[in-house]
Parts: sequence; C-alpha cells; structure tokens
Amino acid sequence: MTRVTIPIGPQHPALKEPASLSVTLEGERIVDFDLRLGYNHRGIEKEAENRTYLQDIYMIERVCGICSHSHATCYIQAVEEVAQLEVPKRALFIRTIVAELERIHSHFLWLGVAGHEIGFDTLFMYSWRDRETVMDLLAAITGNRVNYGINTIGGVRRDIKPEEYPPIIAALNTLEERVRYYITLALEEVTLIKRLSGVGTLTREEVISLGIVGPTARASGVTRDVRHDDPYAAYSEVTFNVISDDHCDVYGRAIVRLKEALESCSIIRQCLDKMPEGPITIKAPRKIPVGEAISRYEAPRGEDVHYVRGNGTEKPERVKVRAPTLANLQGVKTMLRNYNLADVSIVLAAIDPCFSCTDRTVAVLDASGSCREIMDMQALRDWSIAEYQRRGVDFAELNARA
Amino acid sequence: MQKEEQIQQAITTRFPALAATTRVVRIRRISVDTGLADFIAVLDFLCAEQQIVMLCAITGLDEGEMLSAIYHLAREDGIVVNLKLIVPKEQPVIPTITERFSVAALYERELVDLFGFIVEGLPNGNRYPLPDGWPEGVFPLRKDFTAEEAAKLPPAQ
Repeated sequence: MTRVTIPIGPQHPALKEPASLSVTLEGERIVDFDLRLGYNHRGIEKEAENRTYLQDIYMIERVCGICSHSHATCYIQAVEEVAQLEVPKRALFIRTIVAELERIHSHFLWLGVAGHEIGFDTLFMYSWRDRETVMDLLAAITGNRVNYGINTIGGVRRDIKPEEYPPIIAALNTLEERVRYYITLALEEVTLIKRLSGVGTLTREEVISLGIVGPTARASGVTRDVRHDDPYAAYSEVTFNVISDDHCDVYGRAIVRLKEALESCSIIRQCLDKMPEGPITIKAPRKIPVGEAISRYEAPRGEDVHYVRGNGTEKPERVKVRAPTLANLQGVKTMLRNYNLADVSIVLAAIDPCFSCTDRTVAVLDASGSCREIMDMQALRDWSIAEYQRRGVDFAELNARA
Repeated sequence: MQKEEQIQQAITTRFPALAATTRVVRIRRISVDTGLADFIAVLDFLCAEQQIVMLCAITGLDEGEMLSAIYHLAREDGIVVNLKLIVPKEQPVIPTITERFSVAALYERELVDLFGFIVEGLPNGNRYPLPDGWPEGVFPLRKDFTAEEAAKLPPAQ
C-alpha cells in the first residue's frame, strides 16, 4: 500500500502547544512517526544566568503554566542545597500542600482534555467545572490561580493560618467526592473503557527502556515516584500509596491519574493535621556560594529535574531544567505504532504534554471594539449560571462554591 | 549513608584513578568526575553492577578551557550518581549513550545545539531545540555568547 506522510503542526487545532509531528500512514495505520520540537524554546536557561537567584524563581515558575509550582520548587530546592539552608518545616509542609493542590488541578485538567480528545465533551465540561474548586482554593491560599509565587529562597512567602483550614477541608471533601465519582465513571462508563482500552500501549519493559516517567510509567506497572524514592519537602512525614496500574494503555493512565488525585487529597489532610508551628522562612544570603546541586521533583506529569551551579555571586553560573514531557515525548513513537491516525490526539494527550493557561478577567467588547465592561471571575460565573437558567438548565445547585 | 559509601568504594576499587574525584555529596547523591578514557567503562560498570536504571538528564557546562557534560543517573532507591565527563573545548567529542539509554537522544541533541559538543554515534534526526536556520558555530549556552553577540545574529528566516 502507498505510504502517505501527514504533517501535523507546528500549529494545529489538535495540539495545545506548538510541535511538529509527521505521521506516516499505510491506509489508516501508523507506520512511522517523527517529531520536531523546539518551537517553545525561549532561552530560559541562558536568561537565568543573567538574573539573580530571587528573580529566577519568578521566571522559572513560568517555564510551565500548569506545573509552575513544580518548576519553582525544584529549582529552589537546588539553590537551598547549594546555599546549605535549613528550610523551616512549616514552609516544607506549605510547599507540599500547594504541590498536591497543583497535582489535583493538573489531573482534573487532563481528564477534561482527554474527554475532549475522544469527543466526550460532557466529561470535559464536568471535570473543568470541578477543577474550579481547586483553582479557587489555590487562589485563596496563594493569591493566584497559577504561577502561585509561594516560594522564596529559604521558605515560603505566605502562611496558611489555622482559620484557613476549615475552607480547605470543605473543598477537599467536595473534591474527593468528585474524584470518587470520576473513578466510578472510569470503571463503569462504556464510552471511556472502549475508547481508551488497548490504545497507545506501552509494556513495562518498554517504559523502562524508553525512560518514561510519571503517571505514564506507573500505568504500565512501573512504581517510580520521586516523592517516594527520593523524598523532598514534607513527603517523608506523610504516608501515601504510589498508584500504579497494569493496563499499560491510555485507560490505565486515566485510572492512575484519578487515583493519584485521591491520594493527593489525603496528603493535604495529613499536612494540615501535622502542620508544625514555627517560622515560614529563614533569611537567605543574596550571594550563593560556589557549589552545585541536582534536585528531583515529582511533577503532575512525572519527574522534573533541575541542576543549579553557584559561583559565589548573586547570579547562578548555570541552571538546567529537564521537564518530564521531554522524557515522555520520546516514547510516543512506540505508543503510536500500528494504531490509527484517529488515535494520535488521544495518545499524545495521554502523556499530558504541558500548555499554559491563565486568565482572570474578561473584557466584553461591543461591535465597535471598544471595551464595555470588565467582568471578574465570579461575575462571569454568575452570568453563565443565569444564562443557562434562561435556557432552562439550572447549574446553580451543582456549583460547589455558589 | 552506608549504601552511598559502598557505591563510592566500589567505584574507586574498580577505577583507582577516579579515587580523588569520587565523592558522596549528601544522602542519595554521589558525584564522579571522569575523562573520555574511562567514561564508557564507568557508565557500564554503574549500570551492570551498581543498579543504575535511569538517566534523569544531561547537563552541559562551559568551564572556560573545558566543556563538561554531567550525566544524572538514578537507581530505583533514589540514589543519583552525577557522572561528569570533561573534555577540552577545542575538541569536544563525546560518545553517544543512546544505545544504553534511548531517552538520551534529545538530551544529546541539546548538548550539540546549545554547547557545540560533537556526539559520535548519535543517530540522525531532527535538531533540537534551535531552529533550522540557526547559524553554524554559534552556541547559545557557551559563556562567550552574550546579549551583544545575539544582537549581531542575522534575523530569523
């Protein structure tokens, strides 16, 4: 049969960030897959050498819009190791809480994207609505929905006060109930099972030989999790299960992420229970001594790696970032071989490649293009509930925060 | 730190020349500096006898006269060996390790594009991460590449 090569990207509706794929087909069957990356390369590692350690936190937080806390924490752990700082325990607990909230929001986001990619937009709408609960919580704790800016060298910038615990626990109750619902959905809903099972398979041996990380690896029975293997922040003080699954396909990856979100809720509860008293930060020197450190962090998508080298000045000599997607993308070729063209988007989405999203206000423009009014998040939410009520659908009672 | 010291001991027993550059940095962190001569032998020894199963990343470094590549190698129990390969900048030739860790392909392409390493045996493929029209012999992560140098580059195609 004649082979046809279809270019997808660098800009394409099925891709959430720029990458150039070329898929070689025999009929519908994928026989080869080639990837050209680098369209998002912004020279952040070079720029980090021209800024102070403190300025770098805020830039590195913007490496990714979803795992912003992952990158910032991973970087800062390396800086603190070079500077030999003893970070207060309370700060480590707060970092852990934000980290797990970020994991929940990322996994809900993934569930929505996965639903959308298989044409199951109801799931997309539901999971993104529920994701608002965790986004609101992050905004309440840190002041931001993403790019939380919670970290500083030697600790965190904002405390979580005891009076803030009850709303966090109330939101966790809601989230847990929703996650349980999605787990039931994943285990029983025929649409999901039939569409995701046996798609994008990767055996345990392939995962190990390809160096796959994160939920993608754990869905093939490889129980690697940096939080457990190389504990950082407060992970050595809480108990949690490393979730794995033996489906070895996109379905397994969905189950792993959902069960992980449940574990995250439990980790946050434990952190609130055991939260130590004390300061949230110690004074860090502006100049970081000569030295180097490598820091590992289990981001929602897998292992994040940062290397920092100090030269005795207030600017780093070198900062290296290895995001989990870079490891996982190299496995996509194996995942796609012999599947159909229609599987490309969901298989690619199943490793959860990163994209950024943040928008807090919406400007309503009239026909001439001039700005009529600015709606904030709550106003937009109220407006949308009223709009649906007008159409005969009442979402008000479903809205967890209403 | 017992396991870490055992690994350090094992490396220095097998490679006495590396005794001075093999250190236990802290719990779960070991660093080894090596030249081209021992590099593959040390890597194979670590994989075959010290349960190294994962390549986390490769960090390139510009150290003046020399270029270095640090291979961050991990075991299942969280111990990381940072194996540093140091080569002269005049002739920065290093062997590929893609036969041992296929994930290394993109990491090695980064070393080629951003530092100007020559990686022998690296399979053909798309460059990463710089664009196709990037001028030859310009390596952005080397220390002599500054904002002034960047301003002199021809405009992107």
